Order: sequence, then C-alpha cells, then structure tokens
Amino acid sequence: MAIKLPIYMDYHATTPADPRVVEAMMPYFTEHFGNAASRNHPFGWEAEEAVDKARKQVADLIGANAKEIVFTSGATESDNLAIKGVAEMYREKGNHIITAVTEHKAVIDTCKRLEKGGYRVTYLPVQKDGLIDLDELRAAITDKTILITIMTANNEIGVIQPITRIGVIAKERGVLFHTDAVQAAGKVPFNVNDLKVDMASISAHKMYGPKGVGALYVRRRNPRVLLAAIIDGGGHERGMRSGTLNVTGIVGFGKAAELCMQEMASESERLRKLRDRLNERLHKGLDEIYINGSMEHRLPHNLNISFAYVEGESLLMGINEVAVSSGSACTSASLEPSYVLKALGAGDDLAHSSIRFGLGRFSTEEEVDYVAEKLTQVVTRLREMSPLYELAKEGVDLSTMQWEVH
Amino acid sequence: MAYSSKVIDHYENPRNVGSLPKDDPNVGTGLVGAPECGDVMKLQVKINPGTGVIDDAKFKTFGCGSAIASSSLATEWLKGKTVDEALAIKNTDIVTELSLPPVKIHCSVLAEDAIKAAISDYRKKHQSTTTSKSAEEKAQPSA
Repeated sequence: MAIKLPIYMDYHATTPADPRVVEAMMPYFTEHFGNAASRNHPFGWEAEEAVDKARKQVADLIGANAKEIVFTSGATESDNLAIKGVAEMYREKGNHIITAVTEHKAVIDTCKRLEKGGYRVTYLPVQKDGLIDLDELRAAITDKTILITIMTANNEIGVIQPITRIGVIAKERGVLFHTDAVQAAGKVPFNVNDLKVDMASISAHKMYGPKGVGALYVRRRNPRVLLAAIIDGGGHERGMRSGTLNVTGIVGFGKAAELCMQEMASESERLRKLRDRLNERLHKGLDEIYINGSMEHRLPHNLNISFAYVEGESLLMGINEVAVSSGSACTSASLEPSYVLKALGAGDDLAHSSIRFGLGRFSTEEEVDYVAEKLTQVVTRLREMSPLYELAKEGVDLSTMQWEVH
Repeated sequence: MAYSSKVIDHYENPRNVGSLPKDDPNVGTGLVGAPECGDVMKLQVKINPGTGVIDDAKFKTFGCGSAIASSSLATEWLKGKTVDEALAIKNTDIVTELSLPPVKIHCSVLAEDAIKAAISDYRKKHQSTTTSKSAEEKAQPSA
C-alpha cells in the first residue's frame, strides 16, 4: 500500500480532532446553540447540561471533582490564570515563585511579567536528563514562596518531572503547586490527588479535541485554592474566568477526554512500541545520534534526537513530506536554538541538530518506517557535505577548535 | 518557510561538494562560522599561480538550506574567475540570485566571508609574491 504523504509526526504541537469528537460537537453549533448562562429558557438549559457533562468528563480524566474545572480558551490562558491569579491573591503571604528553565513560554513569560511587578522568581536549572533536582527545589523555597509551577511533561523532550514528589515537598512547606499538564493529560496517567497538585493546566487540542478550549483544575479542598481572576466580566466559572462559555468546544473537550481515558492504556502502549521502533531504526542506520532528555522518565510517544554534524533546518528541508519540529535556531522565530535543549547543557551545536518526533493516535508503523528510512538517507547525504563531519572523521575535536563566532 | 526554487535546486543538487587537498600550495581554504551558531562553511579554491585564475572550487557546509545554497552558488561563480574578480563578489549578489529573505542574509554574508578567507589563505601560502595584497587577510579558525 502506498503511504499517504505528507506524514504528520508533530503531535506535541497539536493533534487532529478525533472524528468522534467532531460528531459530538456538531449539534452544538446549530441545534443546541444556547448560552450556558441563560438560566430561564430551554436553550440555555441544554447548553448548561452539555457543559456540565463535559466538565464531568474532563474532571474524570484527571481524577478531579467537576466543580474544580475552570474552562478557559486554552492552556496558555490556564497557565496565566494559575500563576497571576495566585500571585495576586496571595501577595500578602509572599512574592516568591519557583519554576524551571525548561517550562513552556506560557509559564516563563508570565513569570517574567510578574518579576517586573515586584515578584521574585527562581528558575530552577535542569540536569542533563531534563529533570529538576529536588534538593535544589527544597533549597529554593523560602517563607515568601507562594507558588511552585513545574510542568508535568516537557513539550520538546517529553521528559516527565517527578510530580508526586514535588507535590509532597510543596505540601510540607505549605506552598501551592501548579503544573502545566498539557502534554501529559490524556496520554499518561495523571491524577491530581495521586500527584498532589493544586492546579493543573490542560488543553483540548493536544488530546484530539478542538483548538481554542482548555481548562484549569483548581483544588477546592486541602487546600482550597483561591485565584484572582485575570479576565473581568459576567462572573462565569465561579468568578474565576468570565466570558460566555465555548459550549461547542467544551463538548468536544469532554468527548476527547472521555476517549483518552478509555483508550489511554492501549494507545500509549502502541505508541511506545512505535516510538521505540523509530528509535531503533534510526540508531541502526546512523552513528552519532543522541537522544535528548531521559528515556526512562519520558512520554511514550515522544522522541527528540540530535543528528550530530547536520543542521536541523536543512534536515527538515530534506524530509519536507514529514511534519516534525527542530530545535534549530533557523526554525524558530527568535533565531535562537531551543532553550530547552540548551538547558540540558549538551551544547548549542546539538540543539541546532535536533528533531522532535511526536507520535499520536493516527500514526502507523508504515509511517515510522518511512520516516526512519528517509531520515537516514538525508542525514547521510547532509553529513557528506558537512565540514564538521569531515573534521570529526579526521580526528579533530570540534569542541577545542576556535571558531569565529558571528 | 517557503524557499525559492533556486535555493531548493542548490540544496537538492549542490554543485561542487567536496574537498581539495588543503596542503596543496595552490589551494586556499576558508573555514568560517561556528557550530554553536548553526552554520559552518568550508570553501576551497584551487588557483593557477601563473594566470591567477580559479581553476576549481569546492565546498562543504553545515547549515540551513540557504547556507548550503549560498556556498554552492559561490563555488559555481568562483570557477574561471581571477582572484580579483572573486574578491568582487558581494553577499548582496548572492541574496539577489537566490532571492534570500531578510532572515537568511547572514548565510550570504558567510559565503562572502568564506570566499575572502579562502583567497586569503592562498595568498598566505604565496606571501613572497603577493605581499602587497596581504592586507586582505582574515582571521582563520584554527585547530
């Protein structure tokens, strides 16, 4: 069977909506179009009922109570709400926030803005494997610390942080704990009570739901988390997030969460096998390729590899019928190589040479084999024209060479 | 990012990939850029000492498609040119020929630097006969 091109292998960026999700959403565009806040007619009641059902579905996925789910426009908003909301609400208690250097920009840039407003932020470094050091976390906590925000799984390297242990530390010290769980929720077991998190950001479009809808889990008991709203208006979502609810999107989110819950175990196992197959094939075909981040503490559908001596954008150009991402500077808007890979301390050159593979629900073995073979060919061809590969083969140690940095 | 058809052509069918013997007195080697910046170009010219004409040019590049295309194009242009003609090649000529977008202009600058570095290396080897032109010399990355 001929393979269908282009191949999508960038599931960390976004996922297609599952057809079952789209089907569930359809009636809410036209027939059941009501405003969930309309309390006095059946159109509103229907919408509210649909939202309640979805709220329960999303809550069930993460082991929460439906009342603890605040719907938002997506995880960026959820991160903003959690961090800014806690910062404002607990200002009298303290002004110190702890996060990590490998967090998503929605967290880092939110923290940076708070710094301008007089808050103090500690950006924990990560170790070579991408994990934070828990002793450094403990040492960073002061009596002014009001929030720890550490992501569950990283969007580039898929590395899963020791969330339960962070949760325990946060509890011991009476500090609130928020996690950006966008990449983990729906993919690997994520239970807010087992993990002892107080707030969690999740997003529908990363779990086969629609774009433009997300949620923030906000704990109501032990402790009850209070948030200052960042959007003012009609007082929706128990005052935490005003704005007419995106009923259609929320219905899709609920359905997507339900499907993830039902299929997670089999899906993650299937994807782990595909990911390992991809990894093995690449290693068989090529020398000097390096996995970025821990393989042990990692999402089953993620692989992030640096292909030494080859620049990422030129690699992407050679596999232009395969959708993946690179940590190369040339592929980023900022023209800086991936700050996540730099944080691992592997050297900027390996960041420039990296490719992120994200497998997902619709990935197939044929696609994996095609990508592995194509990539092996392209890397081999590009190495033949790489002066770095030539120097390395001559025995020159590239790290001791003096380069004219421009 | 959309690439121009000329960049794609050079990327898919790079001209003059390879290496010339760098110890050959008639070969000049330029190695510019840095791995941590994401691009390194090695450009070599073989110059006929009698006529001062570039008989052959080769390159190897670690970099994006535009960097590969810029150096590939440079080697194409260098062949048959005299040293002085080669030094007259400007990065803007490369930008125009390959329709490089603003974010890729540094690739063309690197190619111009590589040409100058290669010729400077050749002149260093022939210093006794070309001392007057040694002012062009550019610092060379060295092992």
